[in-house]
Amino acid sequence: MKTESKLEKILASGEFAVTAEIGPPKHASGDGMKHHAEMLKDHVDAANITDCQTAIVRISSIAGGVHIKEKGIEPIVQMTCRDRNRIAMQADLLGAYSLGMRNLLCLSGDHQKFGNHPTSKNVYDVDSMQLIHLVRRMRDEKKFFSGEEIKENEPRFFVGAVANPFADPFEFRVDRLEKKVEAGAEFIQTQCIFDMERFERFMEMVRQRGIHERVYILAGITPMKSWRAAKYIGNNVSGMIVPDEMVERLKNAEDPKREGIEIAIEQIKYIKENVKGIAGFHVMAIAWEEVVPEIVERCGLYPRPKVD
Amino acid sequence: MIIAQQKPIQDIASMIDDCNKVLLVGCAGCVTVCLAGGEKETDILAASLRIKRKLENKPLETVTCVATRQCDPEYVETLDSYVKDVDAVISLACGVGVQYLAERFTDKWVVPALNTKFIGGSVTHGEWEERCGLCGDCVLHRTGGICPIIRCSKSILNGPCGGSQYGKCEISKDVECAWHLIYERMKALGKLDKLMEYQPPKDWSKSRDGGPRKAIREDVMIG
Amino acid sequence: MRLQYASTVRIVEMPCTGTIDHRVLLQTFENGADGVFVAGCMEGDCHFLKGNIRAKKRVNQVKNILEEIGFGADRLDFFNLSAAQGQRFAEIVTEMTERIRELGPSPLNKKEGETA
Repeated sequence: MKTESKLEKILASGEFAVTAEIGPPKHASGDGMKHHAEMLKDHVDAANITDCQTAIVRISSIAGGVHIKEKGIEPIVQMTCRDRNRIAMQADLLGAYSLGMRNLLCLSGDHQKFGNHPTSKNVYDVDSMQLIHLVRRMRDEKKFFSGEEIKENEPRFFVGAVANPFADPFEFRVDRLEKKVEAGAEFIQTQCIFDMERFERFMEMVRQRGIHERVYILAGITPMKSWRAAKYIGNNVSGMIVPDEMVERLKNAEDPKREGIEIAIEQIKYIKENVKGIAGFHVMAIAWEEVVPEIVERCGLYPRPKVD
Repeated sequence: MIIAQQKPIQDIASMIDDCNKVLLVGCAGCVTVCLAGGEKETDILAASLRIKRKLENKPLETVTCVATRQCDPEYVETLDSYVKDVDAVISLACGVGVQYLAERFTDKWVVPALNTKFIGGSVTHGEWEERCGLCGDCVLHRTGGICPIIRCSKSILNGPCGGSQYGKCEISKDVECAWHLIYERMKALGKLDKLMEYQPPKDWSKSRDGGPRKAIREDVMIG
Repeated sequence: MRLQYASTVRIVEMPCTGTIDHRVLLQTFENGADGVFVAGCMEGDCHFLKGNIRAKKRVNQVKNILEEIGFGADRLDFFNLSAAQGQRFAEIVTEMTERIRELGPSPLNKKEGETA
């Protein structure tokens, strides 16, 4: 193992990994997150704590990670490039590692225009590709971003990135995934899948280039609560595709929430059986964390493997 | 060129609220081209302020003139005779011009009539678009001639991000994704492999982050 | 056609409304006009192709300015009509005159001491 990350161990063992997402609150108490952590801890291998997702101010990812670690879940810290320059990033990375964080997901971050502070200045000092490369370099070459040596106790993160098969240009999405792997990404979480056909085409290209053998790819799954939620996401969230059939299915369902859970389970089962190259699942049940255990169990992914 | 837009008349009027006589100085440079501060716009603004103040029973006397450019001391000097007995100077130049006037006419209240927005070019008559990020270290040769610093909302150098869809930036359907454009351009040029090369972080000290910048041509300075 | 219309109208002839500058319109009001209307040819019939379209946009822009400075946009307007429409011209004059009459004299014409 290159790191102390439990997620890395599980992925390396060849088992399907399961990760989930915990959204921090818009206030200064960690109790809610701790509660979610307790709910999920036996059903997931690690959980992401989002980093001011959609540029809405929430408890920071690192602080959230400390809260959930206390309850026994391994955190995956998310770091966007929107809010921090390279100085703050490295300070946060050193701090996070010193607090026991072992996994890092590098992302560009939604533009501040979407959030509750659209008049703020954004940073984007480095982009996600550079962050991946430089965090790996901290571990493998013991160097700060500037090239200066880290004399001791270098942060040794298991580095992840995101891939979005549903954004454009489609052909270039696989190129960019490969570029992230070249830059040093060790695991990938994809954007949530609704358009299975497109996802399969994407994975076909991934397999052709052998990318699935160089990086662990976790398929993103999100259970939908209602047809309105599904439609909203398809129309309003950039880079997301939601097929009309899915919206219709939810609309015609007697119990849409139940239907949403069933759809998610179907998707996971389908991918497990038919889509080669997937190393695990990332279940993003935002504001609906309570359905994750059922989904994990009914997909044959429970109990979670134990690693020391 | 520098693109600027006139502030609301109300805002300009309140800047010279307590003045009885003002000089309005237009600029024959960039702001003439982007139809914000040329001779015509200067006259229109002067008339608008006069009518407004007359309605308020506080008549305003205006003097207008246009400088060749307000960003050159030798052209600003030619305005000396105009400022003699005015209470304020309204500059219709970009932020640079306003500052040059304020620097020369230190005893006058100098105010900006425009908001300096960006540097860019014309799309069509009446429409201008931001094109250059003023980063001080041009990378256009790496991106097929499309600026990733300013045309990408996140200044990404290894783009596109996951929010690029149908060729549009996530922030708006009216904004093209610069990296989508770069991809198409490089594809057409047969240079897609260049986009697989990792671009390291930018040296932002060469842009405004490093502090106010200067450019010098020593060979032409004769003291 | 020797139709009757208000004698309070002063007609200024231009080769094309497209030659009318924003400044001319503002100047006319500053000089005391109570109302101004611009009559351009029917769209598609402009001898200079788009002069009347430019004029309409300019008139609207000046209306915006007049509104912004507290003068009001109602005293200025733009109409399309052909040179042959004598009847329509008389109608427009009557309409504008009525409108201005209701609005009263230009606020710039009030004597000193009166409020606008």
